[in-house]
Amino acid sequence: MQTETHTAKAQLGAAQLPDVVDQRNPGLPLDMDWVRAVQVNTSAVERRAGTIGARRSVKKDYQAAWLLKAITLIDLTTLAGDDTENRVRRLCAKARQPVRQDLLDALGVDGLTTGAVCVYHDMIEAAVDALHGTNIPVAAVSTGFPAGLSPFHLRVAEIGESVKAGAQEIDIVISRRKVLTGDWQGLYDEMRTFREACGDAHVKAILATGELGTLRNVARASLVCMMAGADFIKSSTGKEGVNATLPVSLVMMRAIRDYYDRTGIKVGYKPAGGISKAKDSLTYLALVKEELGDDWLDPHLFRFGASSLLGDIERQLEHHVTGHYSAGYRHAMG
Amino acid sequence: MTIKEIFDSMDYGTAPESASEAMAWIHDHGATFGLFIDGAWTKPGDTFETKNPATGEVLAKITQAGADDVDAAVRAARKAQPGWAKLSGHQRARKLYALARLVQKHARLFAVLETLDNGKPIRESRDIDIPLVARHFYYHAGMAQLQDAELPDREALGVAGQIIPWNFPLLMLAWKIAPAIAMGNTVVLKPAEYTSLTALFFAQICDEAGLPKGVVNIVTGDGAVGEAITAHEGIDKIAFTGSTDVGRIIRKATAGTGKSLTLELGGKSPYIVFDDADLDSAVEGLVDAIWFNQGQVCCAGSRLLVHEPVAERFYTKLKARMAKLRVGDPLDKSIDVGALVDPVQHDRVSKLVEAGAAEGDVFQAPAEMPATGCYYPPTLITGMSPAASLMQEEIFGPVLVATTFRIPEEAVAIANNTRYGLAATLWSENVNLALDIAPKLAAGVVWVNGTNMFDAAAGFGGVRESGFGREGGWEGLLAYTKPKRKPATLKPIPAVAAPKGAKVDELDRTAKLYIGGKQARPDGGYSKPVWSKSGALLGHVSLANRKDVRNAVEAATGAAGWARTTGHARAQILYYIGENLSARADEFASRINALTGGRSGRAEVERSIDRLFTYAAWADKYDGAAKPVPLRGVALAMNEPVGVIGQFCPDDHPLLGLVSLIAPAIAMGNRVVAVASEPFPLAAADFYQVLETSDLPGGVVNILTGSHAELAKPLAGHLGVDAVWSASGADMSSLIEYESAGNLKRTWVNHAIDRDWMGAEGEGREFLAQATEVKTVWVPYGE
Repeated sequence: MQTETHTAKAQLGAAQLPDVVDQRNPGLPLDMDWVRAVQVNTSAVERRAGTIGARRSVKKDYQAAWLLKAITLIDLTTLAGDDTENRVRRLCAKARQPVRQDLLDALGVDGLTTGAVCVYHDMIEAAVDALHGTNIPVAAVSTGFPAGLSPFHLRVAEIGESVKAGAQEIDIVISRRKVLTGDWQGLYDEMRTFREACGDAHVKAILATGELGTLRNVARASLVCMMAGADFIKSSTGKEGVNATLPVSLVMMRAIRDYYDRTGIKVGYKPAGGISKAKDSLTYLALVKEELGDDWLDPHLFRFGASSLLGDIERQLEHHVTGHYSAGYRHAMG
Repeated sequence: MTIKEIFDSMDYGTAPESASEAMAWIHDHGATFGLFIDGAWTKPGDTFETKNPATGEVLAKITQAGADDVDAAVRAARKAQPGWAKLSGHQRARKLYALARLVQKHARLFAVLETLDNGKPIRESRDIDIPLVARHFYYHAGMAQLQDAELPDREALGVAGQIIPWNFPLLMLAWKIAPAIAMGNTVVLKPAEYTSLTALFFAQICDEAGLPKGVVNIVTGDGAVGEAITAHEGIDKIAFTGSTDVGRIIRKATAGTGKSLTLELGGKSPYIVFDDADLDSAVEGLVDAIWFNQGQVCCAGSRLLVHEPVAERFYTKLKARMAKLRVGDPLDKSIDVGALVDPVQHDRVSKLVEAGAAEGDVFQAPAEMPATGCYYPPTLITGMSPAASLMQEEIFGPVLVATTFRIPEEAVAIANNTRYGLAATLWSENVNLALDIAPKLAAGVVWVNGTNMFDAAAGFGGVRESGFGREGGWEGLLAYTKPKRKPATLKPIPAVAAPKGAKVDELDRTAKLYIGGKQARPDGGYSKPVWSKSGALLGHVSLANRKDVRNAVEAATGAAGWARTTGHARAQILYYIGENLSARADEFASRINALTGGRSGRAEVERSIDRLFTYAAWADKYDGAAKPVPLRGVALAMNEPVGVIGQFCPDDHPLLGLVSLIAPAIAMGNRVVAVASEPFPLAAADFYQVLETSDLPGGVVNILTGSHAELAKPLAGHLGVDAVWSASGADMSSLIEYESAGNLKRTWVNHAIDRDWMGAEGEGREFLAQATEVKTVWVPYGE
């Protein structure tokens, strides 16, 4: 095991040179020694997460630039039972032009888009169509989202269908029951299968951390999913009682960091659900910068799963440009 | 940089807190400050400059108080004290509550002033120092409110002289002033020379709160002002927080004056990381342990002890974390490490590191450093051995020294291999390990899986050369109150002189010393006769010398296992001693009568048995506490034995005096070296025969006989003794307190005030408190 990880790291030495696209996570054999050795002290994690906002504060032009960055990291999302194709097209239009042009002009930036658009399987084709001519990928939630309790072969087949329909990113949900019963091999095998079904599409593993019970489980599940080849690990479906939180995010980021330290492979992180304020997004970005580093402040390695965050950022940006507090209706809806 | 460029670089930029309000406040005072005495500002006298260490800029001129100013302040405090103490607890509570509210109201101004004057990051003064200050006044408003009901047997000490350091200027002021005035004392407080501004602003809010004049007096200046306070006869208590060296000087200066003293001194606190710890969290904890306030923290986790299996991985993670630390303008809200307090401190830290660097591998954080100002990079020195000077000396800067250990026992040994004993931190996810190690660490505060946690409800203070006394909690009130007693002057009792034409007994019976559970001949080989008042030779008594003290302390030290016995086991032995004494009651009664020439022998024996029962009862009932700190977790106040206690027994009650001192001590798990009544020593010699038959392990109680005055110096000066009590009729309080400065052992001496040993004041909680140290163990939890 040790030999393999060292080899992986050595091979990646070259891949970490600037301007070279990072290698996709090929995964590792399940290393239960590593998984079992995971320790997470909840109180200490909460203290770190609770003070990051007060330790790092970005103001003025820096704040505006960071908020613009946050926009590029958003998976603009609609996951509702009443979604229609037109609703999705509207969202895609917002993804293409997330901020009013006059504000972008004033801020001196252009070509800004969100990181992706995230929809259910049936909406993929409409989204792909609406985003034609942009580099914005379509992400599809999959594998019986959000509960992941449909027949396994159907969940695997769903991935294939979504990829065929044009999704470049697949957000799968893990079987929480495998975590809760300690079936790490089962979780690993499931994730491996999902990853293979994705082919060239990138796979985000949704842990649904609000249903995993403990931060220790979050850390273990994060590691197992990365070992099984997840390109991203994602906190939540947005449908659990508790979705993305800073402590959960910290634990997942530290798992990613440990994985990188041992393998040289960078896995992405996506907090989802509950991040709706511009200020919260800055806190998350500071946490990413501190715990993972600047490399992760990039849509290849970090996304926000959010639907209402963009609106608040737009208002803050207008305030930055004009000096006056803004109103929601002054910004185009998605 | 353009927004586009920032978008690409994702730098933090700066987020400066405005200093304008604080500067305006300084300028409203003409940037020159007098002293706050008797509720009014004096005209500024000779002044010195106080500077912003981040920039070198002069902030204001501060008055250097003279001896007459200190005198005026003490007189004002003296005058105000009776009236202040006479107010009801509720009336004082209202004033403390008003102070708490005003601190909150002016929180931002206090925070900015603190950062300007001290150089600590604004995040810390804003989020930690000032909220803790408000909390301390709230908490002690409550103590004032409850005083009448809960502390009916205690009263204020009088006037407290308080000398505080520059590292937490306002917080240390709060720790000193809040409990003092809550209990009805008045104060003369001297802030540190580097950092007077927040104390001066505090004087202003005392006025706003309508505190009666003279209750709080603030005098500024250098060490000479501290000396004047320490030496002033009108002061009843000195409370000092600062260096161990100065603490020692104060201990000597106040020796024999009757001033009560508490000292919160230096530290070299261990930070232990076990292999089953959450390593990332332990690394983050170090940021709060040693880079908090630039490491200028008495309880800083400055000695890192890492379990060998994870040491390399831990160091790698730590170095990566250090690379993220931001050093710079303390007013910037995104700064982790600000400026050291003064160029003098910067020099000191630099020189210590230069001198000691060769003893290990030095890593300094690759942080961008400001070109000017008192900045020092976060530093880690690994590969240290306990013998390295930097593992022993307090650096008081952002410098962490590290070593490794193999097994938990070795971690404890390395952790305790220090003259200090303020705080300790340990990280483990194993509750068995954590709760086993915490009590074994020589420290007043232990943090499990966290560090530098403070709260007004939890006692803070050290053992060994980190000082004595606790701040915070009920235990903190002991430092500002005393038992209500009618003082009676102690009259020394001379030994009965040899009668003319003394008859020599045919049987030469010489009582030996009792050391390590065995009867021992005195090292010097001398003894002296003991006569009854009627002229009969009662026997000979051994005269112990300094080597017998050494042997007795060695035996007591060796009996350390006693501290780990259960309260129940100690109770059984104390009952058994009482039972065996009871069986020989007649014999002891006659002996006492013969020695003292009185008829109270029977009553004294009965009271001695009663007292043994009292402490047998207490042995398993002197409870600790779970403190209601604002944390998901517990802060346990555990009563631990002090260690080895030297005791000089009262002259007048040859048996009861001995029992009254040793029983509370051993009930709490201490070992003692007791020096028997000097004029009437033979009852103690008889008593060790009782001990010998009572299953008491050897070395727990050692009994010496001889001259108190001669034994006081070696016992009080012994660096392996943790406390000395004296109830002797000989006037030794001054000598004992002076000699205790060597290792800053706790002293409890009578200052020639008598105590009614037969009555209620001869036993109880006062004795138990002296026999214990409160250790606060913080255990945050949650899965």
